[in-house]
Amino acid sequence: MSPSKPAQPEPLLSVDDLRVQFNTEDGVVHAADGVSFDLRPGEILGIVGESGSGKSVTAQTLMGLTRSPNATITGSVRFHGTDLVAAGEEQLQSIRGREISMIFQDPMTSLNPVYRVGDQIVEQIEAHKEIDKQDGKDRAAELLASVGIPNAKERVNNYPYEFSGGMRQRAMIAMALALEPRILIADEPTTALDVTIQAQIMALIQSLNEERGLGVILITHDLGVIAEVADRVVVMYAGQIVEEGSLDDIFYDPQHPYTWGLLGSLTRLDQPPPDRLPQIAGAPPSLLAPPPGCRFRPRCPHAFAKCTEPPELEERVGASGHADRCWLDPSDKRELREVEGRIGLEAPRAGEPV
Amino acid sequence: MEGMGRFIIRRLVGMIAVLFAISVLVFLIFNVIPNSDPALRIGGKNANQQLIDRINKDWGFNDPLPEQYVTLMKKTFSGDLVSYQNQRNVIDQIKKGIPVTFSLCIGAAIIWFLLGVVFGYLSAIRAGRATDRALTILALIGISLPVFWLGEMLLYYVANKAGLFPVGDYVKFSEDPLQWANHLILPWFTLAVLYIGFYSRLLRSNMLDVMDEDYVRTARAKGLPERQVRLKHVLRNSLIPIITLFGLDFGAVIGGGAILTETVYNLPGVGLYAGQSVASLDLPPLIAVTIFGAFFIVLLNTIVDIVYAYLDPRIRLGTQAA
Repeated sequence: MSPSKPAQPEPLLSVDDLRVQFNTEDGVVHAADGVSFDLRPGEILGIVGESGSGKSVTAQTLMGLTRSPNATITGSVRFHGTDLVAAGEEQLQSIRGREISMIFQDPMTSLNPVYRVGDQIVEQIEAHKEIDKQDGKDRAAELLASVGIPNAKERVNNYPYEFSGGMRQRAMIAMALALEPRILIADEPTTALDVTIQAQIMALIQSLNEERGLGVILITHDLGVIAEVADRVVVMYAGQIVEEGSLDDIFYDPQHPYTWGLLGSLTRLDQPPPDRLPQIAGAPPSLLAPPPGCRFRPRCPHAFAKCTEPPELEERVGASGHADRCWLDPSDKRELREVEGRIGLEAPRAGEPV
Repeated sequence: MEGMGRFIIRRLVGMIAVLFAISVLVFLIFNVIPNSDPALRIGGKNANQQLIDRINKDWGFNDPLPEQYVTLMKKTFSGDLVSYQNQRNVIDQIKKGIPVTFSLCIGAAIIWFLLGVVFGYLSAIRAGRATDRALTILALIGISLPVFWLGEMLLYYVANKAGLFPVGDYVKFSEDPLQWANHLILPWFTLAVLYIGFYSRLLRSNMLDVMDEDYVRTARAKGLPERQVRLKHVLRNSLIPIITLFGLDFGAVIGGGAILTETVYNLPGVGLYAGQSVASLDLPPLIAVTIFGAFFIVLLNTIVDIVYAYLDPRIRLGTQAA
C-alpha cells in the first residue's frame, strides 16, 4: 500500500464500459463486456482472472492492439483527454511506446529473433524521436544496465537467443521504459519465468513504480504476484469485472464468491498441505453465450433465485472503491465465507474438509 | 560475426565431400552398373569394333575400379572428354552453353524472386480481400502451366502472330545487349511463371504466420508505423525460408531445370545440349552435364546455408549450441 495518497487524484487512465466483441462463425464472442476501471497516478492496478476471462483482450484493447477485422470495440479509454478507442491509428502510434508501453507474457517470443537486443531498444526510441546511432546504442546500454543486466555495454550486441528468459523480460522492460512512459501494461509478465526470476522481475516493476511514479496495469492469474505488489485489484470473470477494491479489500474482505474461490485455490506454505488441491468446481462459461443473470451462478455454491437476474457492479459494503457483482447480502457473506473455510487470508479451520 | 568464418569453412569442407560423393555416384551409374559393355554404351549406336577397342583403352575399362574412377575424373576435368558420335569436345560445348544458360536462369530468377515477393506481400497484407483472391487465382494458374505448353503458346501467339518478340534463338550480350534481352524476355517469363506462383503462395502463408508472432505485437506496441512493422518485422522474418528455397531452386534450374525452356526457345545452353545428348544417348556429354548440374546445386546449397546463417543468427551457433 502506498501511504498518504491524495484522496481522489485525477485518474491517469480511465476505462469506461469497454466492450470487445468478436464476430466468429459460431456467433459473437463477448470477450470484454462492459469493463470500467481507473488507473490512478503511481498506482499498480492488478487485474486477475483465469484464462478466457477477458483480461488480456482488455489490456491489448487499451493500446489499440486488438486488430482483428472481426472485432467490434465500444466504450471509451480516456488518457489525457484522448479517447483511445476512438483515436486513429496515427494518434495511437504516437502514444504506444511513448506514453503507454506494454510487456507480454512470453519473453522468449516477444523479441524479434533476428535483430540484436540493442537495436530493438534503439528501434523503440527511433519510433518516436531522432537519435544518432552511437547515442542510441549508449542509451540502450544504459537502459539494459538500469534493469539489472550485467555487462550491458557488450550485451546490447547480443541476439535474443543469447539471453535467458529472465534477461529477455528485463530487456523487454528496458525497451518499454526507453521513453519514460507514464503507464506500463504488463500482461502476465512473469508467467513464463522461473519462480526466482518472477520475484526479481516483480521487484523491478515495483521499484520503477516507486521511483518514477510509473502507473502499472498488471494482468495476471497469479494472486500471489498481486498480493506482493498491487495497490488495487480488479477481478474479472467471463468478460466482466466481478469485484474491485484495494488489495486489503480483496484479500481480507472479499465479497464475491468467485474471489473466494480464487483465494481458496491458493496453496499456502504456512498451512499443512491439503489432501487435494482446492479448486473452483466446473469450467468458465463460453463467452459465446454466457449464462443469463450472474455469470458465476452455474459454479457458485451460494446461488439462489435472485441470481438469475444480472447483478450490477456496485459498492455494497460501504467502503469507498470496494465494489462487487453479487446478490448475496453482505452481512451473510462473512458467515458463508467462514463456512467455506479456506477463504482469504484467514486461517482455515482444523480438520475442515476441502 | 566471429563464428561466421568457421561456419563458412565447415560448409565448404562439407560441400567438397558431397561433390566427391556425387562424382563417385556418377561414375558408378554410368560406367560400372552392369547391363552391357560400357565402351559399347559410350561409343554410341554406330560404333565399330576399332572405336570400342580405343574406348576400352582410353577409359581403362580393364583397370581396377578406383583407377577407372580417376581416369574418368581426369578426362572430365582436363577437358578431353569427347563425344564419339559427333567428335566434339564435351567441355567446349558446355563452356559455350554456360553464358546462355546463365543469361536465362539469372534473369528468370530475378524476375521470379521480385514478383514472387511483391505478389506474396500484397496477398498477405490484403488477406481475404479481392486483391488476395485475384493473386491466389493467378498463382494457381501459374503453378499449373507446364513450361512446354506455356512456351509454345507464347511463341505462337506473342512472338509469331503478334510479332512482339523474336521467335526463339539467342543473341550474345556482348553483341547487342538490347537484342539479348529482347530475345530472352519470353524465355525468362516462361521459366519464372511457375516459381512466381510458388513463391507468392509461400510468402503469403509465411507472412500470415509471422503476423501472429509475439514480436510483431511487440513491434506494434512500440508505436512503429504499420509499414515498418510489415517490412522490418513481418517480411524480413518471412523471407528467411524463401531465400533458402530460392537458392535451391536457382541451383536446380541451372543444373538442369532449364532444359525444357531452352529446348522450346531453341536457346543453345547447357540444357539444350543435355536434352540433345539424352535424345541421342550420347554418354560422355551426359556424364559431364550431370557433374556440372550437381556442382551448381551443391554450390547454391552451400551459399544458401551461409546466407541463412547471416539472416538468422541462431543458425550460426551450430554445433556449439548443441
